[in-house]
Amino acid sequence: MASSSAVFAVALRGVRFSWPGQARPVLDIADLLIRPGERVFLSGPSGSGKSTLLGLIAGILQPDCGSIAVDGAALHTMSASARDRFRGAEIGFIFQQFNLVPYLSMIENVLIPCYLSPQRQARALRQAGSLRDAAAHLLERLELAPEFWERPVTRLSTGQQQRVAAARALIGTPALLIADEPSSALDADRRDVFLKLLLNECALAGSSLLFVSHDIGLAGAFSTALRMNDLNAAAQGETM
Amino acid sequence: MRRFFYLASLARKSAWNRRGTLALVVLCIALSTLLLLGIERIRGQIRENFVQAVSGVDLVAGARGGGIQLMLYAVFHLGGATNNMGWESAQRIAAHRDVAWTIPLSLGDSHKGHPVVATVPDFFDHYRFRGGERVEFAEGRAFDALFDVVIGAEVARKLGYRLGSPLVLSHGNSEMMLAEHDDKPFAVTGILAPTGTPVDRALYISLAAMEAIHLDWQGGVPIPGFRVRADQAGKFDLTPKSITALLVGLKSRSRVFALQREIGAWKEEALMGVMPGVAMDDLWRMLDTGERALLLVSALVTLTGLAGLASAILAGLGERRRELAILRSAGARPLDILFLLACEGVLLVSAGIALGLVCLIFLFLGIGPMLAGRYGIVLYFSWPGREEWLLLGGIVAAGFLTSLVPAWRAYRISLSDGLTLST
Repeated sequence: MASSSAVFAVALRGVRFSWPGQARPVLDIADLLIRPGERVFLSGPSGSGKSTLLGLIAGILQPDCGSIAVDGAALHTMSASARDRFRGAEIGFIFQQFNLVPYLSMIENVLIPCYLSPQRQARALRQAGSLRDAAAHLLERLELAPEFWERPVTRLSTGQQQRVAAARALIGTPALLIADEPSSALDADRRDVFLKLLLNECALAGSSLLFVSHDIGLAGAFSTALRMNDLNAAAQGETM
Repeated sequence: MRRFFYLASLARKSAWNRRGTLALVVLCIALSTLLLLGIERIRGQIRENFVQAVSGVDLVAGARGGGIQLMLYAVFHLGGATNNMGWESAQRIAAHRDVAWTIPLSLGDSHKGHPVVATVPDFFDHYRFRGGERVEFAEGRAFDALFDVVIGAEVARKLGYRLGSPLVLSHGNSEMMLAEHDDKPFAVTGILAPTGTPVDRALYISLAAMEAIHLDWQGGVPIPGFRVRADQAGKFDLTPKSITALLVGLKSRSRVFALQREIGAWKEEALMGVMPGVAMDDLWRMLDTGERALLLVSALVTLTGLAGLASAILAGLGERRRELAILRSAGARPLDILFLLACEGVLLVSAGIALGLVCLIFLFLGIGPMLAGRYGIVLYFSWPGREEWLLLGGIVAAGFLTSLVPAWRAYRISLSDGLTLST
């Protein structure tokens, strides 16, 4: 599924989503297109449907209607387990915080997607020769010193944790990286360093990036800035 | 397949990470394994020991009373003394036309906690154990002179006696009893080879010697002002007046019921004849109830362990929601989460069973020698048989089913949480 210019990294058309038992949709998006390699900044107040949108793109949630395609694959037609498989192969995810599995070492945390997705593993092996080297290259470039690699992750600073999460999201070069407020737990200096490293790595990997934040000041570093309220017809109705 | 190995390794690391909380669950499973296998083993082996301790004896005759008690006391030297039977009666039984041989036994004294058995030299010829093995002398010979004593292998080993060692018998069979027959010391003339039966821990003297050391005793205490020196004892009439029990071998086993009836109907004295096998069966029937209660307790401990397993994993789920969401974000299916949790349960139960087996080995190594020294009961460790492995497999299966409860909960959580990290 190599990115070609004809295929969008993310393409949502006429997507509507409502929670079970609720008549009013929480999400109503006519069009959302992200080109391969594009870096999209998405902002919006809480409750504007950001998490729901990410859930739909990641294939955790299914829309009531409309079409969702990631890297050319139509998620809305897939079975739940096919979507899980697809997410493992083509989507890297960074959470706001607490991104790491406490009982695994740094390297082991980075390698989780490679063990859950054969495609990610195959690509990581093709790029670095061994899984360990693939993780090591990423950790090095994300400025995490080798002495931390085999150690438990419980004593890392938040900034270090987020960089390990970025390495995990990037390993095996997924088509799309989703970062859900990854820098909101960091102070300003660390946030800038993190953002710079993340953008660099995404460019190197050729992955598209969907970066969610309510820190509008960061938008300048991205090729596209979107606001949830402009995107989501359901949210616009709510704020009126 | 590799995916499952990976998830299994995650389950192992996760469980190890929470070993503090999970240790109790593992201990509980280990305990139930120990109980389930241990009770069955100890019961079977004790029974084997008892059955092997005496063979070829058709009847044990003694004063009327409890058959089991007479057996336990006369053959295994366990429990309290029974009433004595008269020497006259013993001789009449010995002279009976159906009787091939008899061995009189007189008990009551002890030496450093070991029972002293007064008998006849024939004992060493006629006594059989483990389906016909004879008692062999490792060193020396049967008692001959009045104050000769033959000792069992365990007595020799534990107390360090050799041929010729002098020793003093104590009155009564409690280690607390202080009265000693110290005026009439014995000398070791024979040491028996190990048999793995109560013989190993007993001392054997002649019936005459038993009479001799009690010449100046009456009612369990020395008669005041009356002393018989050891060298004078031989001048008295040392024919026993009574004995504890008489082991009887018949010319033909088919006569056993007839003789038993005859002994029971004896007019001169209230006697009974006990068939060792029947008395043993009665004993097992009595113990069966207790044993079943113990097995029930083990089953309950197993259940408790499994319930503890489920609740320990369930309790841990709350703080593991993040971990589950991270795995989901990296491509884990809800079914993978289910597998991960079930795997953890199976792992814990297996660890518990392994620990239980280790404890079982140590238990047998630990209490085996103690029981052998104290009661002449030989226990040995044996690996679980086919049925026991099936039982253990059943426990693992039950552990798997039990851990489906938290696994199912985790499955639901991972479906509803998705990628949102609540709290």
